[in-house]
Amino acid sequence: MKSVRKLLRRSGLYTLVGSFAFFGAFPFYWMMIATFKRDHDLFRPENNPFLFNEPPTLDHLRLLLFDTHFLQYLLNTFLIGVAVVIITLIAAVPAAYSLARWARGWGETLGIGIFLTYLVPPTILFIPLSRFASGLGLQESLWSLILIYPTFTIPFCTWLLMGFFKTIPKDIEEQAMIDGLSRLGAMTRVVLPLGISGILTVVVFAFTLSMHEFIYALTFISVSVKKTVSIGVPTELVRGDVFQWGPLMAGALLASIPVAVVYTFFLDRFISGFTMGAVK
Amino acid sequence: MSRMREGGDRVLEVKSGIRDRAGLLAKLMIAPAILYVVAMIGIPFIMAVMYSLSDATTGEPNYRFVGLRNFGAALADPVFRLSLKNTFFFALVSQTLVIILSRVIATALMKEFRGKWLARFLIMLPWTAPISLGTIGWLWMLDSIFSPFDWTFRRLGLLGTPGALLGPMQNLYWLGQPGLAMASVVIVHIWRLLPLATVIQLAGLSSIPKDLLEAAEVDGAKPWRKTLEITIPLTVPIISIAFLFGLVFTFTDVTVVYVLTRGGPIHSTQVLSTWTFFKGIEGGDLAQGAAISLFLFPVLAGVAILMLRMARKREVV
Repeated sequence: MKSVRKLLRRSGLYTLVGSFAFFGAFPFYWMMIATFKRDHDLFRPENNPFLFNEPPTLDHLRLLLFDTHFLQYLLNTFLIGVAVVIITLIAAVPAAYSLARWARGWGETLGIGIFLTYLVPPTILFIPLSRFASGLGLQESLWSLILIYPTFTIPFCTWLLMGFFKTIPKDIEEQAMIDGLSRLGAMTRVVLPLGISGILTVVVFAFTLSMHEFIYALTFISVSVKKTVSIGVPTELVRGDVFQWGPLMAGALLASIPVAVVYTFFLDRFISGFTMGAVK
Repeated sequence: MSRMREGGDRVLEVKSGIRDRAGLLAKLMIAPAILYVVAMIGIPFIMAVMYSLSDATTGEPNYRFVGLRNFGAALADPVFRLSLKNTFFFALVSQTLVIILSRVIATALMKEFRGKWLARFLIMLPWTAPISLGTIGWLWMLDSIFSPFDWTFRRLGLLGTPGALLGPMQNLYWLGQPGLAMASVVIVHIWRLLPLATVIQLAGLSSIPKDLLEAAEVDGAKPWRKTLEITIPLTVPIISIAFLFGLVFTFTDVTVVYVLTRGGPIHSTQVLSTWTFFKGIEGGDLAQGAAISLFLFPVLAGVAILMLRMARKREVV
């Protein structure tokens, strides 16, 4: 009797978790099916849309990779990501260290102030920033995005790193300073190596957040070869009335999955940064 | 502050290199971040306010002060009023559902079972993939002819035959009918933000001390009492954080509506952020666009204040 109830409860649990997993993952399965499905099979309303009714094909993938700017979008996204990561590290690491170590009173306020700027949305900023970009002659340039993306990476990463640095005991630096290192030396040679996992987390987030970004890229870039993946795929492959669904889904899938895999490993840290340390 | 540290500072003062002067170093190190934030967030924000009080367009960006005219014009515009309503509707409905559903998943994921890592990975996918690309997947799922939902309904006899429950036509036209289009936007928002809320709730649930629940069990508390009197009160702060963040994300999001419906059909899914984009960037009316975007600000400021309050409270505790 008891085991029956246990079995029921187990299967209930699996059904519940399974249906949420299905809800989360189905759009990606749907992309995968379209990526490898022949057009003839894809565009017949009576065919079962969940399965391959005809043998799969690599045509869409070929078209995406060789007849569109998809690889260029990936390259642009990568270049922007790397540049944004570098700028973010240059600004956020020292700022976070400074706030974590020397902040009393004003520092605490400043820290929270920096975090709150994360709440100022692109929606309010993109009109003035578009004037900035055209004033600097940066329209249609990757540089405009490189300059602007740190508006959301710096506040968030500073906050996240501040939490990391706070967990490193002060005694370690003090010991290093007694041993003859300068304060700056103690920071660069002792604290930074210990905070390396925090810095790695920031690298991943600055990169993925800039890859996810949509509205600034949409505003500043309209030349096809300069686009990033997140705007290139939805705007260039959905042109006019002709939706190239096969290549479109292939592009969405190829660009999504690698990020998703990397991101998953860092998710918990992301959350702890997000919740202002309310979640440990 | 330890005495050793103060002593250390004094000794180092004698060396008096910049590298050792903590106060100066602290300011120097934080300066780049502050300068950047002021230049790229502070000044643009002030510019947005100034634009909203001017008559600037992309063609004629010269500044001329016109007072509150743009705000008046925005309020008089029925599309703006609809966007304002939709913005609140999408954010509140999707986030309320997200909080409830994420609690259910989080409770399930607290249990141990085989294949948990896989379930977790799949549940997290929507948050980790770039949002515009995930939404493109939905666009294809909600296609007017090839939607798998329509196909399933047709197979089940709910659609496409005379007298069928959902109607005799072959398709539901998800994004072509105002009600269904709104439902689609809400569903995609839920899909997108459910993972974030789930992880936050998971962290909340696992922070509840086990012995507290065990003690309650020993005292003979029923499961519903444990939930009502221990789990919920202890996780309320974290749930509020998840809710506030979700609110900000849906409130300011352009991507889902832009990719899915462009605000259509006939503006029925238009929201403030997309309307800002269409007016200010595509329409070239910088002043109107800036005014529309600033209507988001009071709500965001409110959220910021709530978050600060909660942060303070935590410090006291």
